[in-house]
Amino acid sequence: METATYNLKRFRREILRQFLMFGSLLLLFIFFSLSSPNFFTFGNIVSIMLATCVNGMLALGVTFVIITGGIDLSIGTVMTLSAVMSGVFITYWHLPVFLGILGGVGTGMLCGFANGVVISKMKLPPFIATLGMMMVAKGLALVISKAAPIYFTHAPSFSRIAMGSLVGKLFPGFDVPNAVLIFIVSIVLASIILTKTVVGRYDFAIGSNEEAARLSGLNVDKWKTVIYSLCGIFVGMGGVMMASRLNSAQPALGQGYELDAIAAVVIGGTSLSGGEGSTIGTVVGAFIMSTLINGLRILSVPQEWQIVVSGIIVIGAVYLDIIRRQG
Amino acid sequence: MKEPLVLMEGIDKSFPGVRALENCRFELMPGEIHALVGENGAGKSTLMKILTGVFQKDAGHIIYKGKEVRIPNPRAAQELGISIVHQELNLMPHLTVAQNIFIGRETRRKGFSLFLDEEEMNRRAQELLEMFHMRIDPRIKVQELTVAKQQMVEIAKALSFNAEVLIMDEPTATLSEAEVGELFQILRKLREKGMGIIYISHRLEELKEIADRVTVMRDGHYIGTLNIQEVTIDRIISMMVGRNIYETSSKGRIDADAEIVLEVKNLSRGREMKNVGFRLRKGEILGLAGLVGSGRTEVARAIFGADPVDSGEIYVKGQKAHIKSPSDAIRHGIAYLSEDRRRYGLMLGLSVEDNVILPSMKDFLNFNCFINRKKSKEKCEEYVGKLRIKTPTLAQKVKNLSGGNQQKVIVAKWLMKNCDILIFDEPTRGIDVGAKSEIYKLLNELAEEGKSIIMISSELPEILRMSHRILVMCEGRITGEINAQEATEELVMKYATMRNKNE
Repeated sequence: METATYNLKRFRREILRQFLMFGSLLLLFIFFSLSSPNFFTFGNIVSIMLATCVNGMLALGVTFVIITGGIDLSIGTVMTLSAVMSGVFITYWHLPVFLGILGGVGTGMLCGFANGVVISKMKLPPFIATLGMMMVAKGLALVISKAAPIYFTHAPSFSRIAMGSLVGKLFPGFDVPNAVLIFIVSIVLASIILTKTVVGRYDFAIGSNEEAARLSGLNVDKWKTVIYSLCGIFVGMGGVMMASRLNSAQPALGQGYELDAIAAVVIGGTSLSGGEGSTIGTVVGAFIMSTLINGLRILSVPQEWQIVVSGIIVIGAVYLDIIRRQG
Repeated sequence: MKEPLVLMEGIDKSFPGVRALENCRFELMPGEIHALVGENGAGKSTLMKILTGVFQKDAGHIIYKGKEVRIPNPRAAQELGISIVHQELNLMPHLTVAQNIFIGRETRRKGFSLFLDEEEMNRRAQELLEMFHMRIDPRIKVQELTVAKQQMVEIAKALSFNAEVLIMDEPTATLSEAEVGELFQILRKLREKGMGIIYISHRLEELKEIADRVTVMRDGHYIGTLNIQEVTIDRIISMMVGRNIYETSSKGRIDADAEIVLEVKNLSRGREMKNVGFRLRKGEILGLAGLVGSGRTEVARAIFGADPVDSGEIYVKGQKAHIKSPSDAIRHGIAYLSEDRRRYGLMLGLSVEDNVILPSMKDFLNFNCFINRKKSKEKCEEYVGKLRIKTPTLAQKVKNLSGGNQQKVIVAKWLMKNCDILIFDEPTRGIDVGAKSEIYKLLNELAEEGKSIIMISSELPEILRMSHRILVMCEGRITGEINAQEATEELVMKYATMRNKNE
C-alpha cells in the first residue's frame, strides 16, 4: 500500500536526519580526541557539559517559540535579569534561597508572558516585540543592580545549586555538577511537554498553519502566550543556574546569548519557519557548539577564530538540512 | 413535505461602503446536494460565512431544524452541526491526519488531562476514515498526502463534528478527473445518510452530475432556486450574469499567406514532448487542446525557454532563434502567461504601474538609474485605458484587483515590452464568468491588431469559440489539427484521446 512506502520513506529520512546530527557531534569528538590528549578526559567532558547547560536551557526554551514560527531575542538579557532578581531576593532582601530561585524563574516567566501578550494581543511581530524586551530587560538588570555584580557570599547554599554534586556524593569520583543534572531533567521535561501534551501539539499546530489552527477553534492568542511564558521559565532557570555557577549575578553579561541559543536550535534542525523541530535536536545542536568551542580552545585556536568557525558551522548545518529536505 | 434543514431568509449584510447581501434567501433540505453559484463577488462566500459564524448578519433569520438560531462564531456553527471545507485547505501540514482531525478537542489521558492519548485518537480517526472508505493512514503527516487526500481529511474532520450540514467551497478546483469522481462518490454517500450539502463551484458542468438543486446569486441578491433537472447550464449562466455572455467573436479566416511569425520543428524532450512541430501566423489565435498532462504546458514552456529541450528548432519570423532562457524568448518577442498568475505572473504586493513596467524598465530610466515616473505613468495609463483594466489608480496594489484585471495587467506588461507572440496558458482559469467575456474580447482585439496568440485551455467551449485553428495533443504528440469551421467537441476529444497503442 502506498502509505507503507510513505512511512518507510519518512522513516528513512528521519533516521538520516538524526544520524547526520549525532554523526556530526561524534565526528567532532573523534577529531578533537585524535588532535589532543587533553580532550577526551573526564574533567574536560564534564566541562563541556557544564558549558552547554546555560546555553542549552535558553535553547530548549526558545525551541518552543521557534516551532510556532516566532522568535525570542530577549532570552539573553532576560536570563541576566532573572539572575539579578534572584540576587535581589537573596542578597538584598535576605529571603530564603528557594524563594530566590522562584523569584528568578518567575522573572523569566513574567518576561515571557509579557512577550506573549505583546505579540498575540498587540499583534507586534515577534522579532520587534522581543527586541524591545531584550532592551527593557537589559536596562532593568542594570538599574536594579546599579550596574554592579550582586554576590551571593552570605548564602553559600546558592552556589551549590549548580556547582554542588549529588552524583559525586553517590558515586565518589564522578563529580558531575548539579547543573548538568538539572539540564538533563529539563531536557526530559521539555521533550515530554513537546511530544506528549496539549501544549506541544498546539505549538506545532500554530507553527504549521496558524490560520487553520484558529479556524479549528484553538485560542491561538492564549496558547502563544503560554508558549512564550514557557520559554521564559526555561530562560529563568538558565539565569538562576548562571548566577549559581558564577556565585554572582553579573548584570553586564547575557547579551549575545540569545544568538548562540538560536544557533543551537537551528543546527538541531528546527525550522525557523515553524511547524518542525525537536528538543533532542536542540540539545545536540547546543552540544555541537560547546564541543567545538571547547575543542578549538584546547587546540589553542584564538578565541576570535572560534567565533568565525562557529558561524561557518551554523551556515553549514542549515545548508545540510536544506539538502536533506530536497532529497 | 419535509422540513428544511437550513432556511436563511431576508439576510442583509453591509460592510463599510458596500452592501454585500440584500434580502438573501437559501434553503437546504436534508439529503440534498444544493449548489450555490454566482460570479466572484456575488455574495456566495459572505452568505456562507454568515451561516458558519464568521460574519454576523445585519438582518434576517436563520432557521436550523425548525428553530431560529444565532451563530456568533465558527465554534457555535460546528457545535450546531454546520461544517465547512474551505477551498484553501485549513490543515496543518506538519501534523498527522489524526492530529489534524482532532485538533482543539484532543482525547486526553484519563486522570491526567494535560497529556494526549495518541493511540485513541489514531483509532478513532481510522474508524472515521474507514466509514467513508477513505484509504488514508491516520498516522501519516498531512504534507505527504495529495491535495485530493488532504481534502478528504478535511471532510473527515468536518464529519467528526457529527455535521449535518457540510459546505464545500470550490472542492474540485484543484482535483484531477479521477479524484473528482472519488469525491462525488463520498458526497453521494453522505447525501444518502441524510446530510445536507451546500456545493459551491465555478465548474457549472459538474452541477448536472452532482447537484439536486441550484441557487443562483448575483450582486448580493437572491436570483432564484431551480431543480437541476429542469434547467440548462446556459440558463444558469445567464441568471448569474444577467445577460448572455457568449457574444460570438468576429472570427474570420486567417489569410493563407499571412506572415509566419513562429515555426517550431521537432521539439522533443523525453516522454513529455515528441516531435512537436507547428506554424503560427500573424494575427492568428491557435488553440492548443488536450487533456491535462498531454504536454501542452511543456511545449509552451519549451518555446519560452523555461525548460531545456533534447532537440528541436524554433524560427521566429523566418529567422532561427536560439532560445535558452526566458530572457532570450522575450528578446524575440515571445511572452508566456502562466496559468498560475498569482505565483508566476505578478508581484502581488506591488502596484499596477510597477508590475506593468517591470520587464521594460530600461525604457523608463533617466541616466540608466532613475525611473522616469512621468513617462512610465503616461505609458501605463495608455495601456490601462486600452485594455480596460479596472483599477482606481495606477498605485493600486495588484493583489486588490479581480482575477480578470490581474490577467490584463500581465497582458499590458508584455505588450509594453513589445511582445507580439503571446502564449496564454489557461487564460480564464479562476476568473468568473462575467470577466471571462472581457478576456475573450481582449484576445480577439489583440489578434485583430496583428498579435499572434497560442491559447492553451482545458475548457473545450473556450477553445472552440476562440481559435482560428486548433492543435490537439495527446501523450506529448500533436495528434490532430482542426480548422475552426470543422471543429466540434467530439472531434477534439477524439484526437485528445488518440493514444499510441504501440507503446
